[in-house]
Amino acid sequence: MKTARAPFPPDAYGPDAVIMRGVTGDNWRLADYEARGGYAVLKKLIADHATPDTVIAELKKSALRGRGGAGFPTGLKWSFMPRQFPGAKYMVCNSDEGEPGTFKDRDILRYNPHALIEGMIIGGFATGSTAGYNYIHGEIWREYERFEEALAEAYAAGYLGRNILGSEFSFDLYGHHGFGAYICGEETALLESLEGKKGQPRFKPPVPAAYGLYGKPTTINNTETYAAVPFILAMGGDAYLALGKPNNGGTKLFSVSGDVERPGNFEVKLGTPFAQLLEMAGGMRKGRKLKACIPGGSSMPVLPADVMMATDMDYDSIAKAGSMLGSGAVIIMDDTRCMVRCLERLSYFYYEESCGQCTPCREGTGWLYRMVNRIEHGKGRPEDLDRLLSVSDNIAGRTICALGDAAALPVKSFIQHFRSEFEYHIEHKRCLVGGHVAGGAVVPTDKVAA
Amino acid sequence: MSGPVAKVEIDGQIVEVPPGSMVMEAATKLGIYVPHFCYHKKLSIAANCRMCLVEVEKAPKPLPACATPVTDGMKVKTQSPRAKQAQAGVMEFLLINHPLDCPICDQGGECQLQDLAVGYGGSGSRFDEEKRVVASKDIGPLVAAEEMSRCIQCTRCVRFGQEVAGVMELGMMGRGEHSEIVSFVGRTVDSELSGNMIDICPVGALTSRPFRYSARTWELSRRKTIAPHDSLGSNLVVQVKQNRVMRVLPLENDAVNECWISDRDRFSYEALNSSDRLVKPLVRENGTWREVDWPTALERVAAGLKEVAANHGASAIGALSSPTATLEEMHLLSRLMRGIGSGNVDFRLRQHDFSADGKRTGVPWLGMKVAELGNLDRVLVVGSFLRKDHPLLANRFRQAAKRGQQLHLLGAADDDPLIPGANRVTVAPSALPSMLAGVARAVLEAKEAAVPSELAGVTVDATAKAIAQSLVRGRAAGIFLGTAAEQHPQAARLHALTQCIAAALGAKSGFLGASSNSVGGYLAECVPAAGGLDAARMLAEPRKAYVLLGCEPELDCGNPRAARAAMQGAGFVVALATHRSEAEQYAHVILPVTPFTETSGTYVNAEGRMQSFNAVVRPLGDARPAWKVLRVLGNLLDLPGFDQDTSEQVRELVGRQGDIDGRLSNAVSGIPLAGAAPGPAANGALERVADVPIYFVDALVRRAASLQRTTDAQAPRARVAGATLERLGIAPGARVRVKQEGGEASLEVMRDDSVAPDCVRVAAGHPSTAGLGSMFGAVTLERA
Repeated sequence: MKTARAPFPPDAYGPDAVIMRGVTGDNWRLADYEARGGYAVLKKLIADHATPDTVIAELKKSALRGRGGAGFPTGLKWSFMPRQFPGAKYMVCNSDEGEPGTFKDRDILRYNPHALIEGMIIGGFATGSTAGYNYIHGEIWREYERFEEALAEAYAAGYLGRNILGSEFSFDLYGHHGFGAYICGEETALLESLEGKKGQPRFKPPVPAAYGLYGKPTTINNTETYAAVPFILAMGGDAYLALGKPNNGGTKLFSVSGDVERPGNFEVKLGTPFAQLLEMAGGMRKGRKLKACIPGGSSMPVLPADVMMATDMDYDSIAKAGSMLGSGAVIIMDDTRCMVRCLERLSYFYYEESCGQCTPCREGTGWLYRMVNRIEHGKGRPEDLDRLLSVSDNIAGRTICALGDAAALPVKSFIQHFRSEFEYHIEHKRCLVGGHVAGGAVVPTDKVAA
Repeated sequence: MSGPVAKVEIDGQIVEVPPGSMVMEAATKLGIYVPHFCYHKKLSIAANCRMCLVEVEKAPKPLPACATPVTDGMKVKTQSPRAKQAQAGVMEFLLINHPLDCPICDQGGECQLQDLAVGYGGSGSRFDEEKRVVASKDIGPLVAAEEMSRCIQCTRCVRFGQEVAGVMELGMMGRGEHSEIVSFVGRTVDSELSGNMIDICPVGALTSRPFRYSARTWELSRRKTIAPHDSLGSNLVVQVKQNRVMRVLPLENDAVNECWISDRDRFSYEALNSSDRLVKPLVRENGTWREVDWPTALERVAAGLKEVAANHGASAIGALSSPTATLEEMHLLSRLMRGIGSGNVDFRLRQHDFSADGKRTGVPWLGMKVAELGNLDRVLVVGSFLRKDHPLLANRFRQAAKRGQQLHLLGAADDDPLIPGANRVTVAPSALPSMLAGVARAVLEAKEAAVPSELAGVTVDATAKAIAQSLVRGRAAGIFLGTAAEQHPQAARLHALTQCIAAALGAKSGFLGASSNSVGGYLAECVPAAGGLDAARMLAEPRKAYVLLGCEPELDCGNPRAARAAMQGAGFVVALATHRSEAEQYAHVILPVTPFTETSGTYVNAEGRMQSFNAVVRPLGDARPAWKVLRVLGNLLDLPGFDQDTSEQVRELVGRQGDIDGRLSNAVSGIPLAGAAPGPAANGALERVADVPIYFVDALVRRAASLQRTTDAQAPRARVAGATLERLGIAPGARVRVKQEGGEASLEVMRDDSVAPDCVRVAAGHPSTAGLGSMFGAVTLERA
């Protein structure tokens, strides 16, 4: 992966990069960030005695949408925070990047942590919050350490703590290292985990803006969302919006993985054609043919090559094509990939990561996985496909959080677009694709958990 | 309805509910049943089973009725195709990994999953994969968690522990399909309310260990009765098969026990059928016991009593009643004693200070309704082992604490009430009156009321001041005396001080109540007549003859050593008892009487609620209800007023609810507020702190086999604070001789820093400590 080793060229994330412009991998320190214009926005807000409303208005203009997956307008979300609330309010950053295929927040944490810190401070300023927490995925320890180092720098420089830059505004920020459960990336499960409890989603309503961390009003945003904020305020909401498309403002980091020559993170303008993004990633590996793509992380429906090639990379275009932009994880599959095997891997993930709190997901994810596992291993039955769809329907929309949907959507879309491959597996007990031969024993249940 | 309302349409019917109510509550109000498992009206909402999914107009997805707040104009369909499809889908998921072992499942026939599967499940399964298997757990002698594969992860038991029992003894470990209910590594579930988890478990995962595999639920008839062990008088459903009590469950009564019962009330039934039940009258002849028929036994009793009365006067006869005897039994015992000319009758067996007798204006009681305890915002409880003495009153306070009630516990033991925020103040028993006097003075001063000269010399320390300030700032305060305060050597002074504080605050005050018929005992006048002796004096000044009603003096009296000596020295002892006991060593006639399940009768609970009940089974063997025995005895003694045919006629002699309400009063007069405190123990002795552990309180629970296997039923140890032990040079774990009033007990020493300095906590009510003297006073420890 090209972004793995620093330093790399300043345009490594693409010519249109905003957040990651000039980031070379070894210029993450405070002085480097300030040299790139960092913390100027915060200083200006303080010097101008700006009001929270002006910040939120600018964000609304920019049409910045949540970069974690749901794409909710950020300015609107911040405006939900009660203004006159006696007591603590919190800003929480969701750096629990566990979605298979997604690895963009990790790059921000290790190569540009101050963009996130400045974004969270501005968030605290705009919502009247007194403290912030950054919940960092359990499996990335060095990024957590780097974030802590960056925090220390920001405190030392007076950007955090009491009376920031001599103003009345005080804001504390803490890093929190999670333990690697995928479910803790769900915002209310994240709050539970942050409170020291078992990470299980809360039932909504109430929403976090009304009852969040420790029962206090809380705003939760993705790492990339916060990191974009200083740049939006620097260039102005209108200019940021103009980078992308109406309702799809600005640039977005895409994590391109799978069968491409140069997998990695690319920050492109929203609305960039998929074909262009694919080219940035070096095109298809070994010149093979694109078969399918999951455009928004493993929870989103898969799309076949022809649909994908005709699509632009923005929230609305991908929704129109039948999937979702999600977290921006673009998983590329070429024509040697067995779709049954791919789905088996995905279904195993959701089976393993279901928190077990509510019935449809706890019971349904295991059932889905076992059926797909049987088909992959030559033990499929003709009725399995309709049963998979029916079980998926019984999970989707019936659960406390979106993990149920995330488990159901891949199943439905894989069967919808590649049903013949599944049928071939069932009928011939082997794979249609030359990549591998299906067959062998079904994995016994007791091995599944191991 | 006052306040704003939301109008909601459910299945075409309109209902008005307060805004913020959940759809489930609105549906319940209409009588519409929405299927559910995890929802329980007394627990927090989890919304995890998803069985109650319903269709809400304009909502894109089906929503859980239990967790969806109503809005004005909302339209809900619980039976629409979309709703039913969602419910059927959830039911299928619940069943795929469920073992479906209904034919051998204890819950079969009363299982929510089974019931709802009939309505919402399919007739066959589409699930062809291997089912999940969950390992069994050993969580103690009461709750069986042997078949955890049946668990549907509704977390009711977890939430019950956290929210009602006040301690999280069960939790959900693991993730996804591997989630399972576990106790903390290797621990048992020790809550005194644990049995309720069996009731609220909607499947056969948590079952009753004593009951399991002994009957199918449809073989059982359900009969109502009242629990006999504490002052609440929980309403019970007793389940009976072939004239045998098989199981006890709560009967919901929001004014009394809500939908819960304590483990003591639930599992004590095992003693009803224990092998040491008495089934034949017994008389002792030449040192050996002989089974006789009732007429022979009763004539022997009448003759014996007449003889003592003739030779020594009637006042040489004393009668001791268990406080768990029924109102009718107590009344007839009192009538009998007064009839033969003796005023020596009492049920307050563990009480030490009777100086309030004659100074009360009424029958001491809780001073308010149980259901209103939760409305108080400031509570002071003096001298109570709250959680173990009153498991469900403690729960009332626990729930109230969540609404901001401030609770102060002033007592001789620092047992955790499991009530968050409770302020616990622990002092030696001898210091309790002066501490309460300090609170009284501080309250009076804060209220700018005149401080009586008796309290002039009282010092107010910071603790007393803090309690007083909290009480004064409240809107509705309550001051209550617990069992240990009632038994205290200065109980009357504690009572008077409580009245003084309550009067200054305009607060409620009263007694939590020592036993199931503590109020009833006064109403039945089972207390000394003018010139008669109280329970303590009857033992201190031994009588020639005793009549024992349902009590075991060496375990039930405040001074077991004195009690045993008095019994052994008496020329004639007649014991009306349910079980074999030490009475065989000193009694002359033993009359087999029935426990509460085999007699009709009445208990009057702490709040003065008369609760009458019928027998749920026929008497075992030749045992007979004690009220009938006493009635015949009255006839044999040629006493007037013993011609009742039913227990109801006996009860009429005491009065009806309307009559007794006016007799309840905690007012006292002429009791000094000041008094010479007994003073701490001198000469290296320690001061005794005595509780009566929850499963030793009466003859029945002492014989309930499963309860006796719980952690709470462990043999008493001598519990001493670490610093005191160091001073004495005794190591924790050592065996010591505890000496008191010439008697002794051999116990293991346990370090317990919650015990006040220079005190030793030695439980009463247990055979191993029955050799000791009073529950209060000086004891010495010697290395064995």
